[in-house]
Amino acid sequence: MAQVVIKLGDDISTDVIYPGRYMATVLPSETPQYAFSDMTDFNSKLKSKQIPAGSVIVGGKNFGCGSSREQAVSTLKGHELVIVAPGFARIFLQNGINLGLRTVVCPTIEASEGDDLEFTNDEIVNKTSGKRFAIEPLPKARQAIIDAGGLIAYTRKLLVAKSA
Amino acid sequence: MGMTVAEKILARASGLPSVKAGDVVEPKVDLAMSHENAALVINQFLEVYQGTNLQPNIWDPSKVSVIFDHRVPAESPKTASNQKKVREFVGAQGVGKFHDIRGDVGGICHQILPENGYVRPGFVVVGTDSHTTSHGALGAFAFGIGATEMASVWTLGTVLNVEVPATIKVNVKGKFKKFVGPKDLILHLIGKLTAQGANFKVIEFHGPTIRSMSTSGRLVICNMSVEAGATAGIVPADKETARYLREEAGVKGTIAPVVADKDAAYEKVIEIDVSKLESQVACPHTVDNVKSVASVKGIRVHQVVIGSCTNGRLDDLAIAAGILKGKKVSQGTRMLVFPASGRIYAQALAKGYIGTFMKAGAVVMNPGCGPCLGIHEGALGDGETALSTTNRNFKGRMGNPNSQVFLCSPAVAAASAVKGVITNPRKGAK
Repeated sequence: MAQVVIKLGDDISTDVIYPGRYMATVLPSETPQYAFSDMTDFNSKLKSKQIPAGSVIVGGKNFGCGSSREQAVSTLKGHELVIVAPGFARIFLQNGINLGLRTVVCPTIEASEGDDLEFTNDEIVNKTSGKRFAIEPLPKARQAIIDAGGLIAYTRKLLVAKSA
Repeated sequence: MGMTVAEKILARASGLPSVKAGDVVEPKVDLAMSHENAALVINQFLEVYQGTNLQPNIWDPSKVSVIFDHRVPAESPKTASNQKKVREFVGAQGVGKFHDIRGDVGGICHQILPENGYVRPGFVVVGTDSHTTSHGALGAFAFGIGATEMASVWTLGTVLNVEVPATIKVNVKGKFKKFVGPKDLILHLIGKLTAQGANFKVIEFHGPTIRSMSTSGRLVICNMSVEAGATAGIVPADKETARYLREEAGVKGTIAPVVADKDAAYEKVIEIDVSKLESQVACPHTVDNVKSVASVKGIRVHQVVIGSCTNGRLDDLAIAAGILKGKKVSQGTRMLVFPASGRIYAQALAKGYIGTFMKAGAVVMNPGCGPCLGIHEGALGDGETALSTTNRNFKGRMGNPNSQVFLCSPAVAAASAVKGVITNPRKGAK
């Protein structure tokens, strides 16, 4: 079971997730402190570890639109958050898969802050409202990267095979 | 069934006779570009090689370009140290297309690539920057990727597991009114499509208005295609592309355009007539919140920005200088100008535009991304409003979540700088 810790609207941009002024910070180990830093309450909850790993952000359409900055993914991955949204912007979704951030495409999701969600292979059960919502499966091309443990491991495997 | 431009390019680069939307391919990369975020790419690249006993060498350093533009000159010791690390790495790897912080050959990546002839029709171009879509203006398939994906490209020379996107065809006809141009067209289209209307898709531009548009204008519409979510924007290469590459980018040898088949399959076709189009403005805080200038005129503007990878080219500066000549930037309004490259800066200087800006009271900055992404120059105060020729107006984009950004053409920006409020540059227009 995982709790929804925040509910956000449509078109949440990478500038909201990880403002440009922190882009000089690049290492995945250093980016988590700046997650949603202009939303000061949420940012302080994350920084003070009040939000347990596996907690859920429910976004609207086009989550992660804008920049290709990978910090917008590593900052969320650092807190082991799960992102559920009706749809993601292409680069953000790909970065999420490459870095192992759990992104769940759920076109009809209805959930509020505080709701408890249960994930099965093909649906999300909102335990608070009792409603069930279908999950869109990831294309095979992307699933292969997840199965390999992310793009670094996947590339390494191909590199070693090529060099053998 | 015939192929779209994107399908043809991806088929060739993947060594396949044909591909269609939805196929998964592994295209070879012709050009791989990064800016300051190469610091992260290097980190991820070295991690790929960890535990392999293999020497980390870029697959083909002649196909890699690194350009400093996001924070130039460095705003902090941290950035300067990142730039130093990148500089040393590209030196050791023999990366040929490296553009350091320089007044002659430096500038914004999306201007440096075209003006040096690094991008050719039919190329697969990847960049660790979402506005890599710009390079579709030269008939290439160009798209933004993350730093880890770039590390994978540096290792293997291909992009793994790419789904061939479906294509939206946009036919544009009609002649622009005075002071209305490519920026207004693309803002209008984004308003129609919405910010996610082209997500995971390609926009292919056609029609007489596009054919008669300069490469500079095509760079504007392809640059902002990503604001409708598009993977890539493409103007099929033609005579103008060849003219630009030969005359302005000094390219010699053959230039082979890739054109769509007559029976190519498009997901949908959008028709636009620009002859009645008025200047457009994207209002806070999303790029698809587009209105005609008439409906937002009179809004007080504290800072006007002209420049960026969208509108920092010579023709943009010419329009702005034409409007500002002999006039003054309104008291209480700051105007900042960022030419897109050192070359453009020098051309603008020779033509007198820089002098015009300075006499008018504008501050002319060095080429670079400037205030567009809120890193180190031209931050906004609480409650302030910016009117900018850049490409994004997200909340906090220019560094302050308590400010707002409107996006517009160079003509609207310049006319508004003089009045201190959002203004239609066309005299007599409402």
